[in-house]
Amino acid sequence: MSTEKSWGTQAFDWFEERLPIVSFIDNTVGSKYPAPKNLNYFWNFGALAGFVMVIMILTGILLAMSYTPHVDHAFQSVERIMRDVNSGWLLRYMHANGASFFFIVVYIHIFRGLYYGSYKAPREVLWWLGIIIMLIMMMTAFTGYVLPWGQMSFWGATVITNLFSAIPVIGDEIVTLLWGGFSVDNPTLNRFFALHFLMPFVLVGVVILHVWALHIPGSNNPLGINATPKDKIPFHPYYTAKDVFGLGVFLLVYFTVVFWFPNAMGHTDNYIPANPLSTPAHIVPEWYFLPFYAILRSIDDKLTGVILMFGSILILFVIPWLDTSRVRSATFRPIFRVLFWIFLIDCVVLTWCGAQLPEGIPLILTRVGTFWYFFHFLVLMPVIGWIETPRPLPTSISTPVVAKPAE
Amino acid sequence: MADAAEHQAVPTEDESRRDFLLHATLATGAVGVAVSMWPLINSMNPAADTLALSSVEASLAGLQEGQAITISWRGKPVFVRYRTAVEIEEARSERWQDMPDPQPDEERVQDDRYLIVIGVCTHLGCIPLGQKTTETRGDYGGYFCPCHGSHYDLSARIRRGPAPANLEVPEYIFLSETNIRIG
Ligand code: HEM
Ligand code: FES
Repeated sequence: MSTEKSWGTQAFDWFEERLPIVSFIDNTVGSKYPAPKNLNYFWNFGALAGFVMVIMILTGILLAMSYTPHVDHAFQSVERIMRDVNSGWLLRYMHANGASFFFIVVYIHIFRGLYYGSYKAPREVLWWLGIIIMLIMMMTAFTGYVLPWGQMSFWGATVITNLFSAIPVIGDEIVTLLWGGFSVDNPTLNRFFALHFLMPFVLVGVVILHVWALHIPGSNNPLGINATPKDKIPFHPYYTAKDVFGLGVFLLVYFTVVFWFPNAMGHTDNYIPANPLSTPAHIVPEWYFLPFYAILRSIDDKLTGVILMFGSILILFVIPWLDTSRVRSATFRPIFRVLFWIFLIDCVVLTWCGAQLPEGIPLILTRVGTFWYFFHFLVLMPVIGWIETPRPLPTSISTPVVAKPAE
Repeated sequence: MADAAEHQAVPTEDESRRDFLLHATLATGAVGVAVSMWPLINSMNPAADTLALSSVEASLAGLQEGQAITISWRGKPVFVRYRTAVEIEEARSERWQDMPDPQPDEERVQDDRYLIVIGVCTHLGCIPLGQKTTETRGDYGGYFCPCHGSHYDLSARIRRGPAPANLEVPEYIFLSETNIRIG
């Protein structure tokens, strides 16, 4: 009997037999999840995004305890959070900057996928779920930005809800339905708060699906070739340790901004209470929406602008088929790799353009940038896949590593 | 066993009847779900008290020629401009047939002098500049929306920029020479 399992182990086994949750976690992000051994630091950003999501939900719920969703009180209640609520300033600055960092992390995560071909078979559904996550994040961030009820909140809400009025025939009815009135007003603020509270939890659900879809084929890797069991190491402790290190670096940057530059990524006009009778001279969305805003304004036609803007995101759903090359990693694709960097620069240029007035040189750049954005996906991606000769692929992840000394 | 045997005896008739029942039930259920969604969606539409706030009266007595006032109606600004004879003349001299949203000035005003429009840009809802004397009135002398650069003329018709339509003329009536009711 004395060689039998300890009391603790027996209790654990008893529980596991009834609800195997610990082994489930171990299989998901623990020692039973084999991950390719050559993952670089770009593979940290998925776990980081999950972490930021937790920060957002925590600070969000605490903010909601002191926030009042009414046009007469919203602005004051946020100022009260900043001045009177214990650590309220910290909660709000963590939440507001957390949204920006959420997008920084997720955008890097997406460009990682574009570079290493993580959207290609067999990870198409995983990629789709990622885009859905991005869309939910955008809706969450947009509804959240309305809550402080400053000038940018109000006019951002007006401009974005009005996008739907571009829909032929039923557009205006849809906008009235969204507003619950004839303009952005109290009913709008109320429902945006309800939605802003709800959507993060929908996000959690989709993130779970995303991780589930990841575990079917397993992680892609910088070489883009299929990893054999020999090429893999257990996620825990190897990648849990690497993720925690990355998290430390992230927190240094994040809290530097939260403590010393908390308004650097915000707009000063949002500290002016909303005034429905006066539009600020120059309205701009939050930085993470700027490239899409630029695309919206690239053309002097409302409906076309709106279609291009939504199209610029929806097109991501079909790139697994627009990319005709079967080689995943850009490391082995000499032409695609150059185009990737041009595309990245294009997105940066569009971001800059989104913050400028749409005239003169910024307008020309916006048009060129918008053209290139679609040209990249619709023409270059399929064509380069046909004509490019990829460099020879290693037969396994271990091959180049082992072969290196012999070179 | 008995059931199975019976079932096999008349397979086609029985199965098609079951299929029919199944599909009819599913279809009824689907229609039921669709219909029951409507009140849920409709609850987001403007409530009765919101709708009740939909008309406002204003006096234009203090308004001098060349001046403009803004009235708040349904949470939106309504622009009222007392146009000068020169401005009316200018609004009517150009060929309206060639404009992006063709409409003659005569159709957009009840009293030639007073231009009354909803001050919400038909592009994405910003409030155009031009009511205050210090504000720019754009390349066509009416209104200019700075959000994405829409220019409106002296009849508040869209002339250049991304806006698809002229500034909307609200429903209004003159209660007297200088009193109006909007809505
Ligand atoms: C996906 C995660 C989330 C994102 C991206 C997000 C984004 C935002 C943004 C951009 C703001 C405006 C910040 C400002 O300028 O003041 C905001 C405000 C707010 N959010 Fe969130 N949020 C998230 C989750 C949540 C959750 C889960 C809750 C509550 C359960 C919440 C409650 C609030 C409240 C009460 C405000 C208003 C106070 C304020 O303006 O700081 N948020 N959110
Ligand atoms: S809202 Fe007026 S030009 Fe876009």
